[in-house]
Amino acid sequence: MNGADVLINCLLEQGVDTIFGYPGGTVLDIYDALYRNGKIRHVLTAHEQGAAHAADGYARATGKVGVCFATSGPGATNLVTGIATAFMDSVPLVAVTGNVGMAFLGRDSFQEIDITGITIPITKHNFIVKDVNELADTVRRAFHIANSGRKGPVLIDILKNVQVAECNYSPAVPEKYRSDEVNAEELKEIAAAINKAKRPLILAGGGVIASGATQLVEQLSEKCGCPVTYTLMGKGCVPDDYEMCLGMTGMHGTKAAVKATIAADVIIALGTRFSDRVALNRNEYSAGKTIIQVEIDNAEIDKNVKSDYHVMADVAKTLQALLPLLESKPSNGWRKQIAEYKSADAKSRESGLLSHAVIDAACKLAPEGTIAVTDVGQHQMWAAQRYTVKYPRGFISSGGLGTMGFGLGAAIGAYCGTGRTCTLITGDGCFGMNMNELMTAVACKAKIVILLMNNGVLGMVRQWQKVFYNNRFSQTTLNRGVNYVALAESMGAAGLYIESRDDVEKTLARAYSLAENGPVLVDCRISCDENVFPMIKPGANYDAQIERIEDN
Amino acid sequence: MAEEKKYFIGALVSNKSGVLTRISGLFTRRGYNIESLNVCATENPDISRMTIILKGDDYVLYQMIKQMDKLEDVKKIGCANELDCVYRDLLLVKVKALPEVRSQIVEIKDIYKAKVVDLSPDTMILELTGDPEKLDAFLKVITPYGILEMQRAGVIALARGEHTLKDRDCYGDHIG
Repeated sequence: MNGADVLINCLLEQGVDTIFGYPGGTVLDIYDALYRNGKIRHVLTAHEQGAAHAADGYARATGKVGVCFATSGPGATNLVTGIATAFMDSVPLVAVTGNVGMAFLGRDSFQEIDITGITIPITKHNFIVKDVNELADTVRRAFHIANSGRKGPVLIDILKNVQVAECNYSPAVPEKYRSDEVNAEELKEIAAAINKAKRPLILAGGGVIASGATQLVEQLSEKCGCPVTYTLMGKGCVPDDYEMCLGMTGMHGTKAAVKATIAADVIIALGTRFSDRVALNRNEYSAGKTIIQVEIDNAEIDKNVKSDYHVMADVAKTLQALLPLLESKPSNGWRKQIAEYKSADAKSRESGLLSHAVIDAACKLAPEGTIAVTDVGQHQMWAAQRYTVKYPRGFISSGGLGTMGFGLGAAIGAYCGTGRTCTLITGDGCFGMNMNELMTAVACKAKIVILLMNNGVLGMVRQWQKVFYNNRFSQTTLNRGVNYVALAESMGAAGLYIESRDDVEKTLARAYSLAENGPVLVDCRISCDENVFPMIKPGANYDAQIERIEDN
Repeated sequence: MAEEKKYFIGALVSNKSGVLTRISGLFTRRGYNIESLNVCATENPDISRMTIILKGDDYVLYQMIKQMDKLEDVKKIGCANELDCVYRDLLLVKVKALPEVRSQIVEIKDIYKAKVVDLSPDTMILELTGDPEKLDAFLKVITPYGILEMQRAGVIALARGEHTLKDRDCYGDHIG
């Protein structure tokens, strides 16, 4: 068989059932092999960026490695934002690109680009395959690298002549992903610190979801009476309606999460890097507290916040070994305090904002098992603060890179991977960036309800202009009079709109029922002055949380 | 910020194209500067050995070692500072050497055990091997005569005794 056939066979070895991509000159042979093989579903997106985000959404929703294809040159460069998004959020992804043949390499040939050079800083590793005999093992290694340790994207650039070259293929069984067992001896000091803690608190990051440690986090919380706060990437680490869950922490964290973080004496950080959106002031964040960090990536230990105790290991493996060493604390003053923080917070969440009403209603009306996907900006933070997520991988959002335009592709990927309904919470700014993928969603009959928070502005940037730039709204007004209902319909999706709180429940009920047949866009016409609060300014301490623009 | 020091990082890496780009990129991306870098194949043709001099504090050192260790192409890595090592650098320097000062320069090179490897009517190329401090001292003395051009090969380091980088378990014995 030829190199292209070897590639398809190796993908099948790895259990790949769906590929997101876009064909072109240097991947013709790969697409031909895909066609002849016929065993893998290919989702043709509108743009390669959409394919990368879809593969990312597929991976986040399923826990499997996402795969995308693109041709050389512009096809490959269009993947870059998607690969970088996956890299920043540690999502396992294998991107396959074609490149010109060896005879044309380095001559600035048509659609030639050094995509391995371009993607060095945004991949865990990348390969350029120049010899067909190395192809099979390269593909196998790529999957192993993407899905082991701290997960992340890997790119394989395959020269055109390699795709057509003949070689022998011998099937192989994929290597098992192993993570080292954790020795309980190593955890004695950590266990002692937690047992001694009066006000312990869990800070759960994306590592909890990636390692499948969610039930263990709940057990830890139960046993030691630790409230759970999470980063954006950690949403879903415990059900949002769990009594000890205080919600998201950090810049736009809930009041309860922030108060509890201030009061805590021991912070148990699980699979998180203490990004600048969490430890806004990295030097003072840990003042007077004991920091315990469980982290699989050694380079993240002590990178942003210095830990007092740490273990370099998988979160699930660590918690399995740690739990038996911990003393049970069924009731104490800290639990009571947490309950008070929570009830005070719940009271202050009644806002009257239309955006809030839409998100609250979506939680209520979406079918069981719906996955929430967001874009980036105000709507993302409203969703993170308010959307009740009940299980891991039920919330998908671009955290580290903050990629506007991520959502629609990711929702398509999440739908294709799980078959479950997706609620995409987006804004008019983000939707405008990659709205072409609505055509893809229609073609897939994807059950996606798009809640378009349409305020005619770039809401989050505008909010910062209010807080930091004295209301000078430089280039953040988008009002272009787009008829989103007609736009959706023109692409074959259903279009609805919401103008007031009275419409919300009725319209969303209809949206979720229509979504059984394909994507539905709901144009939610919200005010451009709905803001995201509470807020802690960059570099500030947790005690400087503001609740209104006027507090600034 | 903690005190700025000079660290010697030794690494065994795949002997493949692109590896140097991957490593140097890790430094530039973080705004750290490589003071000197030496890389060459080893007794094992699949492996190159790299010696990097990094200026910074302990935080910078730990970050760079940990980040380098994450690269697929980095097989072993360690910091030479805690070990008893032999350090060597090689210098070629072309100095202005008109006949009236030539004997003075020859006298200096004798003291430093440097070699004259080229002589023209007006210039001289000197070669000196030694630990980096010796080369620095030599350059200081030779500078007033007028350096036309010079090149240093970059510092290399090997630990004394049986200790080898390839047998090192991991860098964990000195990086917390």
